[in-house]
Amino acid sequence: MILAVAWRNIWRNKTRSLVILIAICLGLASGIFYMAFYKGMVVQRINTAIKTEASHIQVHHKEYLNNPDKKFVISNTDSTVQIIRSNEHVKAISSRVIINTMAQSAKTGTGVKITGINPEDEKQVTNLSTKLIEGTYFEEVKRNPIVIGEELANKLNVKLKSKVVVTLQDMQGNLTGAAFKVEGIFRTSNTAFDKASVFVRKSDISRIMQLDNQASHEIAILLDNNENLASTNTSLTEELSTLDVKTWREIMPEVSLVESSFGITMFVFIGIILLALLFGIINTMLMAVLERKKELGMLMAVGLNKTRVFTMILLETVMLSLVGGLFGIALGWLLTFYFGYQGIDLGTWSTAYESMGFDTLVYTQLPFYVSMQIALMVIVTGIIAAIYPATKALKLKPAEAIRIDL
Amino acid sequence: MNVIEVKDLKKVYNSTEVKVNALNGIDLTIEKGEFTAIVGPSGSGKTTFLNMLGGLDSPTSGDINIGGTEIGKLSSSKLIDFRLQNIGFVFQAYNLIPVLTALENVEFIMQMQGVDKKQRQQRAKDLLIQVGLGDRINSRPSKLSGGQQQRVAVARALASKPTFVLADEPTANLDSKSTENLLSMMEELNKQEKITFIFSTHDQRVVNKAHRVITLEDGKIISDDRKNE
Ligand SMILES: Nc1ncnc2c1ncn2[C@@H]1O[C@H](COP(=O)(O)OP(=O)(O)O)[C@@H](O)[C@H]1O
Ligand SMILES: [Mg+2]
Repeated sequence: MILAVAWRNIWRNKTRSLVILIAICLGLASGIFYMAFYKGMVVQRINTAIKTEASHIQVHHKEYLNNPDKKFVISNTDSTVQIIRSNEHVKAISSRVIINTMAQSAKTGTGVKITGINPEDEKQVTNLSTKLIEGTYFEEVKRNPIVIGEELANKLNVKLKSKVVVTLQDMQGNLTGAAFKVEGIFRTSNTAFDKASVFVRKSDISRIMQLDNQASHEIAILLDNNENLASTNTSLTEELSTLDVKTWREIMPEVSLVESSFGITMFVFIGIILLALLFGIINTMLMAVLERKKELGMLMAVGLNKTRVFTMILLETVMLSLVGGLFGIALGWLLTFYFGYQGIDLGTWSTAYESMGFDTLVYTQLPFYVSMQIALMVIVTGIIAAIYPATKALKLKPAEAIRIDL
Repeated sequence: MNVIEVKDLKKVYNSTEVKVNALNGIDLTIEKGEFTAIVGPSGSGKTTFLNMLGGLDSPTSGDINIGGTEIGKLSSSKLIDFRLQNIGFVFQAYNLIPVLTALENVEFIMQMQGVDKKQRQQRAKDLLIQVGLGDRINSRPSKLSGGQQQRVAVARALASKPTFVLADEPTANLDSKSTENLLSMMEELNKQEKITFIFSTHDQRVVNKAHRVITLEDGKIISDDRKNE
């Protein structure tokens, strides 16, 4: 019956309770929505990272990642690819030749990262071919085609069919160079990537560098599912013991960090909102206790012990918080679902986000267990908020509380 | 059989700047089944005395023995339980929990005592019928008149099967008709069920109903009259 009293007490001063309920509701709803927005960005960033940049797993010469020198190659590409292909979760494989060097147009020059690929393989692994805004992806130009990012095209002031000259050292250390013809221009959501990455055919660049056609610097692997990342990584590490096998998490630790710190970020963020609400809840309950002094005194007089008085106020506070909390969680989810389906266009802020590698259309999302965690946090907040008002109530002396002051 | 024995009870209030000797040595015994009024002018110490008897406040000196228990020796938590099990209270106002119905208010105290649901519901209903509110058991206090609220309070006080019922000016907020009704009802319960009532008042009509009238002045008993029926 104490539960019934506590519950009905919430609705005694409807306006006051509604004010705090709405505050809790809006506070949590916006908190949840923000977290869903953040999560949506993170997931998109990861998808972009996997699909456009790192793929799931990469294989290199043991030295290569520490010192990306062209001499650290995987020398037996075909047999390595065959070993990798025998893993059940591997969906596609692309071997690459990579060299950092200078690219020049008629107007100007800049440092670029040239990636030599087999277009058919690369198409299976990354989605760069779908990011073209102009031209084609290694289909039309017969001799030395090159595909470059929009930012770079602007910087070099080149168009489709323009000539780009790359200068590089071949394997013997001789300075050499070659002219490429722009065949396609791409735009990803990561402008930093678009500014410095160019793609050519692996056979072309190998020939220019005088690199053996069995040699490559990087083998990128796409899996059927990110969930199989760890297990596949373990078995590949074993099978390719002379090589360096790394997941995208290791290759792009900054992206991985955003993902792994999501839990803490959410905890802190929602925690701050609840901390602010805590004071509102304490205030509401304090007012409730103070205006019910006589009633509480009477209850203590007739034999309600301290544990029960405390429980009554605790229950009232927790239920008050939880009602607001549940509505807030529901509203937050509603918004999350709606914008998870519609997407939020960042519009005017898009340039800032793009330069950090984030997509400009964000689809909100949030795992369901998060709402459980938030509900739990609300309950804890309610318990903490109850302590002060309940102590106030316990300090009442029944004889004084019920004395009629005329 | 004595239900209450009070020996040389004194209470000094030190809380204000001036010391107030609210009770100046009270000796009294009350037997089972008495229907006693404590009267006296305002400030004579009636409320203070009833609070002492009810274990709501502790005396400065003296003993109070209720049914064999020295209540001054009980720890504060034991005292709360003692009140729950042994004393029925009716106050001048604020007797009821506003969010509970009449029935629930009466049941509440029995639930605290651990009486099971069926039993307490039946007893609460019976008591409310007994105080003449059989048709209002599901009304909340705000829907009841002052007199009806005090009747619920009496039913609530009886629900715990106390040794005696203390009522501090139970009719102070009632009109004369309700006062008359409440007192008749209490008298009836006293006669039929041998319930011991101790109530304070300064209403002469209420005094006239009492079987024993104890008059206080400046914290002392100045007269103790028993009426023979
Ligand atoms: N809590 C208190 N602090 C100080 N003085 C008090 C307190 N309660 C009562 N008194 C004083 O004690 C005396 C007796 O008061 P009370 O018992 O309320 O009398 P009554 O109920 O007969 O009107 C009065 O002088 C009153 O002012
Ligand atoms: Mg009084």
